Order: sequence, then structure tokens, then C-alpha cells
Amino acid sequence: MTKTEPSYLTTRLDEALGWARKFSIFQYPFVTACCGMEYMAAACSHYDVDRFGAGLPRFSPRQADVLFVVGTISHKMAPVLKRIHDQMADPKWVVAFGVCTCTGGFYDNYATVMGIDTIMPVDVYIPGCPPRPEMVLDGLMKLQDKIQDQHSSGKRSAPESRPPDLMQKGFDA
Amino acid sequence: MSTPVLIASITDRFPDAVSTSHCYRGDATLILRPESLLEVARFLRDDPGVQMNYLIDLTAVDYSTFGKSPSPAFFASSGVTVRPSPQIQDEHPWPGPPASSRFTVVYHFFSTSHKHRLRVVVPIEETVPEIDSLTDLWTGANWLEREVWDMFGITFRGHPDLKRILMYEEFEGHPLRKDYPVKKRQPLIGPDN
Repeated sequence: MTKTEPSYLTTRLDEALGWARKFSIFQYPFVTACCGMEYMAAACSHYDVDRFGAGLPRFSPRQADVLFVVGTISHKMAPVLKRIHDQMADPKWVVAFGVCTCTGGFYDNYATVMGIDTIMPVDVYIPGCPPRPEMVLDGLMKLQDKIQDQHSSGKRSAPESRPPDLMQKGFDA
Repeated sequence: MSTPVLIASITDRFPDAVSTSHCYRGDATLILRPESLLEVARFLRDDPGVQMNYLIDLTAVDYSTFGKSPSPAFFASSGVTVRPSPQIQDEHPWPGPPASSRFTVVYHFFSTSHKHRLRVVVPIEETVPEIDSLTDLWTGANWLEREVWDMFGITFRGHPDLKRILMYEEFEGHPLRKDYPVKKRQPLIGPDN
């Protein structure tokens, strides 16, 4: 080769953005309960979420892309969680880590929120009490797929929260 | 001081305050009249032979549905029966729930110097759910009494800052009372779920 040709690559803007975003996940771990231990196990070097570009937790919602809700959320905590979510800049995603955040888990009482999707949109549900690290990594990869598929306008590929007919209606005292 | 001696010494000193006592496997329980709680508690803390310098726990019991329906608790539905072993004699058996009072407040004391412990039970009327605060004697009673007020709605006279500790200020009612509906929800945000 005598002469270097200028080389270039073509792609769609959505794909380039999605590729960049899915490998630079800055997570906000909102850890409230025992699932936090499993979160730490999954995040540390043995299972190593850094392989997926999610190795750097940010403890400020302003700097985070993905909200990891890890552990039981009580009604007292719910407004705080909602505010954290509101403070995050778009584009943002939410992962419900553990069955308590998905549905309330085995709690069905005066204190517990029956799934955080009643107060905010959720992108990936990772059930389990607690979930195995393999499930967490699987959920993280599903989240990466979802980030990759997201349209640059913010439109997403899947429903964002629990369908209305699955929401439990209020009880009469 | 062994448990029978401990019970006897307190009962002899406050014959009007102690309504009854029982003892299970060496764990003594005194049932006091509410009006003499402060007096007896001060004695328990200050008497050199008793020296209950540690308030382990302070909680309450709502007896309003006691014995009226099968317990929904896990052990009841699992078929596992939990009862005292017949091999060990229970010489001072539990006299049962309070005859007329709905609540009891339960105090667990421990003496770090004498290594003995004592449970004190005070019946509380439903109409006037009030009892003297022990915060002046054991500072640790502060949050425990707030929890009992939060969960059972029992007021502690003389408490410096009696407000909710577990539930939020907007919460109405006291969730561990047996008449609080199991399905009642009071979310701050979001739907009733």
C-alpha cells in the first residue's frame, strides 16, 4: 500500500448513541435493604459489572444514567426515591433489583410499596430474594439491549410500567 | 440475685404495686399497677441489690383479639405447635391476659453488674391509653416509647418529644393495633397498593 486512503465508517445516529450509552452505564445504587449485599457481590470483582461498562456507581443522581433500586421501598421512603428519579437527567433508566422492588415481595402491609412501578417507570425487573449475581448480569445485559434499541427521540421499545389492569385498586379502609 | 428472691424482694417492698408475678424457666415477670410504675422503676434502677441499669426493650401488646380467633401467624398455620415442654415443671405459670385492660406495656430490664434480668408488665386501659415515661430514668426509653406510641397509640406522660418514629407524620392511626385494617394503605405518593 503506497498511499493511505481516508477511511470512514457509516452508521445510524441511534445505533452510535446506543452503543456509546450501553457501555458507559453510570448507575445510582439506591440501596435500602438486604439485596444491597447481593448488589455488592455482583458489582465487585468476582462477577464484575465493570465488564459491561457499569463499574462506576455515582452517588449523585445528577451524574447517573441508571437508577438501581435495591431493596424494599416503604411508603415513607417513596417520595425520596421519586425525587431521586426526578433529579436524574434524561436519558435515564430504572432497574428494579430484587422481588421487593418488583412487586413488594412477601411484604403486604401498611408500610411497603407494592412494587416501585407504581410510582415510577421501570425498565428491567430482576426478581429473586435475593437475585443471583447471574440474574443481575442477565438483567444488566437486557438493559444494554434496551439502551441500544432506544430511539434518539427517547422513544423506547417496551412498555415502561405495569399495565393499568394489573395495578391493584385501592382498598376501603 | 436469683429470680425467686428478686421477685420476693420487690413484692415485699411494694406490696400494693405488684398485682401478680410469674416465672418461666427462671425468667421472672412482675405485673405492676400503672400508677406505681415510676416508683418501682426507680427502685429497680437505684437499689444496690437490684441495679437494673440496662433497659433492654420496651414494647406493648394489644390483647383485644387474644384467643378470639386462630392466629394467622406462620407457626399456627404450619401445624407446628409451640407450647412449654411437659417435662419441665412450670411452677409459676402465666396468669393469662389482663382481665379488663386492652393493652400491656412490657419492659425488659437487665443488670450488667448482677447479671439478672426482669420483665415488668403494666396493663393499660383502652379508654385512657397513658403511662408514665421512663425517659428520666433510662435515656434509651426515648425512642422505644416513641415506637410504642407510633405503633399502638399509647401516650407516655413526661416524654420530651413524643412523635412518630417509624411511620411518617401524615400517617393516621396506629398500625399494630389489632383493629387497624390489614389491607389499609396510606401511601404518600402513588396509588393505594
